[in-house]
Parts: sequence; C-alpha cells; structure tokens
Amino acid sequence: MSETESGGGAHGATIELVNLTKRYPGNPSPAVDNVTMEIKAGETVIFVGPSGCGKSTTLKMINRLIEPTGGRIRIDGEDVTDIDPVKLRRKVGYAIQSSGLFPHMTVAQNIALVPKMIGWPKGRIRDRVEEMLDLVGLDPGEFHGRYPRQLSGGQQQRVGVARALAADPPVLLMDEPFGAVDPITRDHLQDELIRLQHELHKTIVFVTHDFDEAIKLGDRIAVLRERSHIAQFDTPEAILTNPADDFVSGFVGAGAALKRLNLSRVRDVEITDYPTVTVDDPLQTIFNKLRSSGTNEILLLDQRRRPYKWLRRGDLMRARGSLARAGTLVSDTVTRDATLRDALEAVLTDNTGRVAVTGRRGEYIGVVDMETLLNSVHELLEADRLEALEAQHELEEARAAQTHAEQEGPGGEAKA
Amino acid sequence: MNFWEYLANRHQQLLTDAYQQASLVFQCMLMATAIGVVIGVVTYRSGWAGNLATVGTSAILTVPSLAMIGLLIPLVGLGVPPTVIALTLYGLLPVVRNAIVGLRGVDPTLVDAAKGIGMSSAMRLLRVELPLAWPPILTGIRVSTQMLMGIAAIAAYASGPGLGNEIFRGIASLGSKNALNQVLAGTLGIIILALLFDAAYVVIGRLTIPRGIRV
Repeated sequence: MSETESGGGAHGATIELVNLTKRYPGNPSPAVDNVTMEIKAGETVIFVGPSGCGKSTTLKMINRLIEPTGGRIRIDGEDVTDIDPVKLRRKVGYAIQSSGLFPHMTVAQNIALVPKMIGWPKGRIRDRVEEMLDLVGLDPGEFHGRYPRQLSGGQQQRVGVARALAADPPVLLMDEPFGAVDPITRDHLQDELIRLQHELHKTIVFVTHDFDEAIKLGDRIAVLRERSHIAQFDTPEAILTNPADDFVSGFVGAGAALKRLNLSRVRDVEITDYPTVTVDDPLQTIFNKLRSSGTNEILLLDQRRRPYKWLRRGDLMRARGSLARAGTLVSDTVTRDATLRDALEAVLTDNTGRVAVTGRRGEYIGVVDMETLLNSVHELLEADRLEALEAQHELEEARAAQTHAEQEGPGGEAKA
Repeated sequence: MNFWEYLANRHQQLLTDAYQQASLVFQCMLMATAIGVVIGVVTYRSGWAGNLATVGTSAILTVPSLAMIGLLIPLVGLGVPPTVIALTLYGLLPVVRNAIVGLRGVDPTLVDAAKGIGMSSAMRLLRVELPLAWPPILTGIRVSTQMLMGIAAIAAYASGPGLGNEIFRGIASLGSKNALNQVLAGTLGIIILALLFDAAYVVIGRLTIPRGIRV
C-alpha cells in the first residue's frame, strides 16, 4: 500500500479539500458539511458510506460538476475552486456507473473525445485510442469500430475507464463505476483496476457503497456518515481491525476478521517446510522418510515436483506397496499470492488440516497449516490495532482543531 | 375527355404545379425545422418555457388554414408571402414538440458524463444532446411535412403556387367537363408528392441517424 504512495508522485497529483461545503437553497442543513481531506499523489482513496451520505456530492465537487458553496479545492497545490470548470474537467478523468458512453459514437470516437478537445494531433489520438483499448484489455482491432450497445456491460465499463484516462489526467474520479455489472464481472473489473493502478499510479477517488469493494481497491478508505462527515479515514487494515465507532463497525459489517484475511497474502505468513518424497524415489526411501520424519504424513510430489498425494503411515502397506493406489490426492494448493482467506478455505476443506504452497509453475514450495495461520493472523491483527489507534489519535486531534466539526460530530453520531 | 387524356393533355401544367408545391413545402419545412429546433433548444431546459412553446405552437395549429391565410393577406399581400408564413407556422408544432421531448429524453447520466469529461455546453448540445434527440426530431419533421402537404393546397386561395390551383379551379367550375378531372389530378398529385417525401425521409434517416442508436 505504501509503495504506491511513494512511487506515484510523478503520475498522480495531490488533492486537498479544505472545509468543502455544499448547501442547497431551501435546505437548512448542508448536504456536505465542512469536509477537509488530503489525498496523496498516486493514492487510491475510496469514499464509502450509506446512500445519501453525500459521498457522490463530495466527489462531484472535486471536478465541480456540483459547485461547492464553501471551501477550497486544490489539485497538485493549485487552487481550482474558481478556474473555468470546463478546463478543470479536462484534466480530471471521470468514470461513472453504467459507463456513460455515448451510444451514437463508436468506441474509438468515445475514447478520442477528450484528447480531441484538448487539441491533440490526429495521429497521436489514433495511437492513443489503440493504446488505451490495449490497456483496458480489449483488442483494438476488434473493438475500435463497435458501438457501445454491441458491448457487454463489463466491456462498456472498460471503455468508460479508457475514455476517462485517454488524455492522461493525473486524477481519476470514479462514481460507483462497477455498480451496474454482475458480481463476477465486477470482480474482474476490480482486479483490472488494481493492475492498471499498479502501472499508472494515478490519484484515484472512488465512490462506492460496497465496503468489500472499498477494502479490495483502497489504499485508504474514508468512511462517511451523513453530510459527508468523515467517520474514519484510514487504511483498510486499520478500519477492519479498529473501527473508530459503532457507525464504522456497523458499516464494516460482520466478519471483519475474515475480511482482514483478504488483505494479506500467503507470502506474508510463515511457510513451513514439510518432508517430501517424489514418485521417482525408490519405495525403501519413502518408507525410511516416513519412519524418520516424525510426522504421520509425508507429501508425495510428481516428476515435476508438484504436490501429488498425502501419504500416511500405513497407506503404503494397505496399497501393497503400489504408489498409484496409496494415499489421498492433494485436492487444493495455493500460491504465494493467494489471500490468507483462500489459504484458510483450503486448510479447512483439506482433511489433513494443511495446504501446500506452490510456485509459479505449480512446484512445491512449502506448507501452511492451521497453527501457523492462526498465529500469523493474531500477529497481523495486533499490529493493525496499534497502527489504527495511532491514526485514530491523529484524526481526533485534527477534529479538535476544527471546533465546528467537533460540534457536529457527536450530533451526527447520536443520530446514527 | 377521360382522366388519362386529361393528364396527358395538361401534364406540363400539372408538373409545374407539382414542382411548385414540392418546392414550397420543402422550403417551408426547412424554415419550420430551423425555427422549431431553435425554439426547442432554447426552451427544453425549463419546464414552463417548454410547455409554453408547445402550447403556443399547438394554438397556431388550431387556427383554420383558410382563416390564417385570409388574415395574412391584408398584412403581407397576395401570392407567396402569406403562404410561406402560414405553412411555416403550421409546421412548427410537431418539430417543436418532438425537439423538446427528444432533448428532455436524453439520458441524464450521459449529460452528466459529457459535462464530467469537460465538454462546454455548446459542445454538449451539438455533439451529444442533438444527435441523440435527432430521431424524434426527424419524426416530427416527417409528420409536419405530411401535414403541410395538405395545407399547402389552400395556398391557391391567396393566389399562391401549387397543386391547390387545380383543385380550386375544379371546384370553381363544378359541373363542367373537366371539373372532376382537375380536382382528382390535384388531390392525387398531392398524395403522390407526400409519399415521395416520406420515402425521402426514410433515406435521410438512414443517412443521418448514427448507426449506434438506429433501431
């Protein structure tokens, strides 16, 4: 998470919101009240909160689709609160729910819109369109001339992101972009966005009401309650392990510890070595290993050193010395990039209570068992807790400095 | 003289009248379209202005055509001017109404997207809103043309051009040998012209409605 923050300076831009407020005429209480927030360059920040909490309004004030009634917006240090909004928006990518593609223009025309508006030469635009299609994983030759209605929802959304990024803006605003696609496609799109962000290091502000999406995508998450009051603004880990208050924990929902497992990878925990033999070993070696290993079981690898079978003492006897019949097949393995949740799932379903970890070509690396998993998770949670307490402390200090916000805070809390 | 002989005899005159009728309707339609779309663009954003435009143009349509032309004669004289003014006014309603409905019917998320990627309001109108509202506007133009084709026949009353002259001549000489032929020739001519125009609109539709939104 921190690697994107430090490495993204060249690509993203900082966004500062200072006392940003939106009042609608005829409504005594503001829709967005005094939001102050600093978003680092290259960071992905997720605004998450219940419907009507003003998260979308706050987002739209960043590119001034909604004009703020008070406060300042600074992008990369430049005050953009009073510049021409049209100019501002051409520098800020904008992707919305159900893609917002123009149905009367082809995919290529849609993507070319912003580069055209800012006056790129034709050749450069053409190259850029191909490049963008490639970037979002669509074949330029195939999709170039299609109309949006000839695309699936997921493909439309990809083109929407390509259009938003076409003129290479430092900032990308995304307003529930994956809200209208089916769960499987959404999962794919989220993975794609993570990959994109890894390459591009834009500053992304992303609005969603789906907390799981927030955890998956965010470097930091701002949990907003009504009138866009920031209930907590921290890393996903910290919010999961140490929610600031009842509102946040209510929003995090049940199973925070399980969700936390999604954020760590198998590589983060201790992978233990385990006695192994290969199918090419003579039976005698296998017997000896079984006897000397001190464990009840031994892992049998195939010729390419991939986990093949769990052999138990006595299995070979029962199978009368035939390796082909002895032992139980390895049903599931995980890679080092798998989440701890996947690992836990595998450990739970495997009747040996452990799971083999494999490398890129499926070769055996080590084993994770229930005990290591438990210990590692406890350590992780403890570390998160300490970190979150610190961050919480900072937020409180910031709040105390802002007398107004402090007065509003408890009021909002009581209602929530 | 039967009807076919009559046609063969008078085809020169009939063709001239038909051409004039077509040219009259075409030109009035151009003006009605231009004015109607502008009225639509100016008024669609506000509820009351849009309604006012629709009500206003439909009020014009309720004025009987003969009366309208009759009222215009003292103001602008005989011949082409009262005809053109009357036809243009009559042609407005379908165009204005469909323009307003079409522009209001553009998906607000698309307008939002257009704004969000940095289109100015003029660009938004020209590149997004009008192209998307074009199919209903074209339908309005088509309806309008059919209507004007019939109304244009009345132009002959004010010494205007067109096939109406045939019809009026026939009616004036009712009982004479060629009266029926004249009325028939004028009426059929107008129907044929209307069908030709309609066919032309189908072609225009194919050419101007972007493939992505064609149904």
